[in-house]
Amino acid sequence: MMKQSVSEPVIKVRNLVKKFGDFVANDHLSFDVQKGEIFGFLGANGAGKTTAIKILCGLQKPTSGEIQVAGYDVYTQAELIKKNIGYMSQRFSMYEDLSVRENFQFYGGIYGLSGSEIKERTKEMLEDLQMTHISNKILREIPLGWKQKLAFSVAMVHHPKIVFLDEPTGGVDPITRRQFWEMIYTAADKGVTVFVTTHYMDEAEYCGRVSIMVDGRIEALDSPEALKKNYNSTTMNDVFIKLARSSGNTN
Amino acid sequence: MKGFILKEFLHIFRDLRTMLILFGMPVAQVLLFGYAITNEINNAQIAILDHSKDPVTQEITYKLLSSGYFQLNDQLSDASEIEQAFKKGKIKQVVVFEPNFAQKMTKDPPAVIQLITDASDPNTANLLSNYTQAITGDYLRQTSGSKRNLPVINIETTMQYNPELRGVFMFVPGTITILLMLISAMMTSISIAREKELGTMEVLLVSPLKPLHIIVGKVIPYVILSFINALIILILAATVFGMPFQGSLVLLLLQSALFIVMALSMGIFISTVSNNQQTAMLLSMFVLMLPTILLSGFIFPIENMPLPLQILSNIMPSKWFIIIIKSIMLKGLGIAYIWKETLILIGMTLFFIGMSVKKFKIRLD
Amino acid sequence: MKGFAVQIEGLHKSYKNVVALQNITVDIKPGELFGFIGPDGAGKTTLFRILASLILPDKGKVELMGYNVVQHYKEIRQRIGYMPGRFSLYQDLTVEENLRFFAGVHGTTIEQNYALIKDIYSQIEPFKNRPAGKLSGGMKQKLALSCALIHKPEILLLDEPTTGVDAVSRQEFWHMLQNLKKSGITILVSTPYMDEASLCDRVALIQKGEIMKVAEPEVIINDFDHSLFGIRTNKMFPLLHDLNEFKLTTTAYRFGDTIHFVSSKDANPKKELISWLELKGHQNIVIQPVAPTIEDCFILQMNQQN
Repeated sequence: MMKQSVSEPVIKVRNLVKKFGDFVANDHLSFDVQKGEIFGFLGANGAGKTTAIKILCGLQKPTSGEIQVAGYDVYTQAELIKKNIGYMSQRFSMYEDLSVRENFQFYGGIYGLSGSEIKERTKEMLEDLQMTHISNKILREIPLGWKQKLAFSVAMVHHPKIVFLDEPTGGVDPITRRQFWEMIYTAADKGVTVFVTTHYMDEAEYCGRVSIMVDGRIEALDSPEALKKNYNSTTMNDVFIKLARSSGNTN
Repeated sequence: MKGFILKEFLHIFRDLRTMLILFGMPVAQVLLFGYAITNEINNAQIAILDHSKDPVTQEITYKLLSSGYFQLNDQLSDASEIEQAFKKGKIKQVVVFEPNFAQKMTKDPPAVIQLITDASDPNTANLLSNYTQAITGDYLRQTSGSKRNLPVINIETTMQYNPELRGVFMFVPGTITILLMLISAMMTSISIAREKELGTMEVLLVSPLKPLHIIVGKVIPYVILSFINALIILILAATVFGMPFQGSLVLLLLQSALFIVMALSMGIFISTVSNNQQTAMLLSMFVLMLPTILLSGFIFPIENMPLPLQILSNIMPSKWFIIIIKSIMLKGLGIAYIWKETLILIGMTLFFIGMSVKKFKIRLD
Repeated sequence: MKGFAVQIEGLHKSYKNVVALQNITVDIKPGELFGFIGPDGAGKTTLFRILASLILPDKGKVELMGYNVVQHYKEIRQRIGYMPGRFSLYQDLTVEENLRFFAGVHGTTIEQNYALIKDIYSQIEPFKNRPAGKLSGGMKQKLALSCALIHKPEILLLDEPTTGVDAVSRQEFWHMLQNLKKSGITILVSTPYMDEASLCDRVALIQKGEIMKVAEPEVIINDFDHSLFGIRTNKMFPLLHDLNEFKLTTTAYRFGDTIHFVSSKDANPKKELISWLELKGHQNIVIQPVAPTIEDCFILQMNQQN
C-alpha cells in the first residue's frame, strides 16, 4: 500500500496552534496528507481533534501556523476550501424529513451543480449503492447503516478533492461498517483524499497512515504497521491506549 | 422536594437568557408602554365649557390644569362650539360643567360633569377620561372629609368619533396579564420540555418521585419569581405611568398570585403534550399568547366581537383577570364586586392542576 | 418468581408499523454482568426503556426482581439505577449539585451511600464545582454512573454507556463495572462495540429487534463452527474482491490489518486458496488460522439470518 508521493500534499499543516484563552486546543500540529491517502485522525475525547478538523474545513481560524487545504490558504481562502471538500459526521448528515433524492438535490444545489448534473450524479451514485429503488423514500424510514452510506455519497456529490469523515461508522452494524469502508477505499482509489476519525480501533488499521493526538499534540504519526512495531503492540487498540494513557492530564 | 426547588432556582439563575426574559422583559415592556403613553398625555389640549363658573368648578378646572396632564386650549361659552373646537384638531377633550354646579352638589346631588373625548385614539381617550375622573375624585376626597354614601359628582363620558370605546381597557392591566401569562406559562412549559429533550426526564420518571412532586417542584420557583415580577410591574406602573391606584393592594396581590398559579398550571399542561422546547414554545405562543391578546378584551373590546367569539372569550382566564385588576386598580372595588370572577379563576386553576397531574405521564410516550 | 434478577419472556414491541422488538426471551441471574450487543437500530434502547418501566411492552412478560414492569413499576423504580443513552445530567449544574440532586430525588444523601460510589466518584471529585456540561466525555460518564448508583440500586441498567467514548475511557469504564460487580449488583449494559462483549459474563447478540444468540462470550466463540483465516498479500485493495470470487468462500471481510476469510469447507482450503490468489497476481501471501472474535460470530450470525 505504499504510495509514491511526487505531487504537492493536499493538506499541508505547519505548526498549527489554536488557543481558546489560556487553553491550548492544538499545540503546534504539523503534518502532510497526500492525494488519495486514507488518513486516520485519532485521539481521546477532548484531545483537540474536532478543533483541528474545524480549522481544516475553514470553519475556524487558527491562532497561528501555516495551513493549506486543497492548495488554498485557510486564513484567506476559506470559501474556496469549502468548495473543494466534502464533510460528513455521525450527528449531522442529512435531512430526516426529505427523501433520498431531495437530499441529493439540496446538497448538489448548495455546491452549485446544475439540475442535469445533479440528476446524473444522483442516478450514478444510487446505482453504485444499489439503492435506486429507495430514491423516493423519506430518510427517516431508512436503516442507519444505509443512511450513513447515503450520507457519504452526498458528501461526494460535488466531486470534492478531500472528504472529512467524523466518526462516520458510529453504531453501525459490523457488516455495513465494512461496506462503508469499501466505499472509502473506492473513493481513495479514484484519487479522493479521505480524512477520517473513528473510535473503532480496528478501523484505524484500514488507514494508510494514522495520527494519534494526545492533549492537543500529535504524539504519533505513521502507518499502522510501523506504529504497532514502534509501540511493541499487536493491535492499534494497544497502541492507542499506551499513548493516551501517557497523557498527563486526564481532563 | 427541597433539592428539587433548589435545582430549579439554579437553572434559572445560571441562565442569562432566562434571567433576561424573566426580569428584563417586563421592565422593558412596561417602560416602553409607560413612556409611549405618558408622553402622549403630557399637556393634552383640552377645552372647558363652564356653564356654572362657581368656586367649585373653578377649583376643579384649576386642579385639572395644574396636574400637568392637561393644558387649556380654549374656553367655550356654548355647546354649539364643541363640534367646531374638535374639528380644529388640537383638542382631545372637552370638559362640560352643568349650570349651578356647586349648588346642585350640596342640595341635589349628583352634579354632572360631562366629558366629551376625541376617541379616534382610544387609548389616549381612555387615559384622559380616567385621569379626569381620578383628579375629580381626589378633589372630592380632599374637600369632604366625611364619607358620603351618595356620589356628589357624576361624570358622564361621551366618546366622540369612536363611541364603542368603553370596552377598551387601559394598557397596564393588559400588560400585567400578558407578562404574567408569558413568564409563568411559557417558562414552566419550556423548562419541563427541556428536561424531556435532554433526557433527564427519563431519569426523573424512573426515580420514585411522584408526578405531583415533579410538578410542584417545577412550579414553586416560578410562583415566587413571577410574583416578584408582578410587584415590579405594579411599582413601575405606579411610578412611571402615574397609574391611578384606587383599590386594595393586598387584594390585588392575592389575585395576582391566583392568576400566576393558574398560568403555571396551564404551562405544565402544555408541557405534558409537548416533547421538546420548540413545541412548548409554539404551543404557549398560539394557545396562550395570541388568544390572550386577541380575545381577552385587552385590545379588542369583547362587546364588539361576533357572538361566537364573545362566548369563546369566557374560557380565556385572562379575560377574568383583566376584569379583576381593572376593577381593583381603576374602580377601587373590593372582593364583594369581583367574587364571581375570582371563583371562575379558582375553578380554572383547579381544572388545569387536575388535568396536568392526570396527563403527566408516568411513562415515556 | 424469585431466582432471576430479570426475566423476559416472549417480549414484543412495535411502533405503528415498525417492529422494534420481537420474541425476546432471556433470563438474567442476580449479580450477573450481562451485555446486549448490537448495532444502532437493533432495539436496545427500546428494550432498556421497557426494563426501566418507561414504556409498555405490547406482548410478553417482563419482570425485574419478580416485579412486573406493567403493574409494579413503582417497586421497580425504587430498586433500579438507570442511565439512558443520551447524556442525562443537568449541564448547568455542577458535578456535586447533580449528584446531590439525584440523591435527594431518591430520598438519600451522598454521605449515606458514599462507600458505593467512592471508587468512581473520587476520580471526578477534584472537579466537583465544575458544571457537568464542561466535563470531558469520560468524566461525564463517571458522573452519570455515580448518579445512577447513589441510591444503592439492586439492578443497574446502562444503555449504551460507552457510545462515542474513546478507547481509553471505555476501558476504564469497563474496569469500574467489573469492580461494581463485586458488590453483588446486577448490571445490564448495551453496546454497539463488539469487542466489549468479552468483558461481560453473558451476552445477547441482538439485531433488527431479535436476539440471535444468548451465551457466555467464550461459548459463542466456541460455537463458531467454520474455519477462519487471516489473509494478507502485497495487494490488499483487490484482495477482498478476489477472495469474494473464490469458489470456497463463505464470507470475506476486512478485519484490522488482515482480511478474514471464512471457508465453506471444514477441511483446510489453504492450498487451493494460494494457487487462486497467485493466479490473480498476489505475492507475499500470508494465510494464518485465527481465533474468531465476537465480531466474527456476529457477522456469521447476520449472514446466516439473511
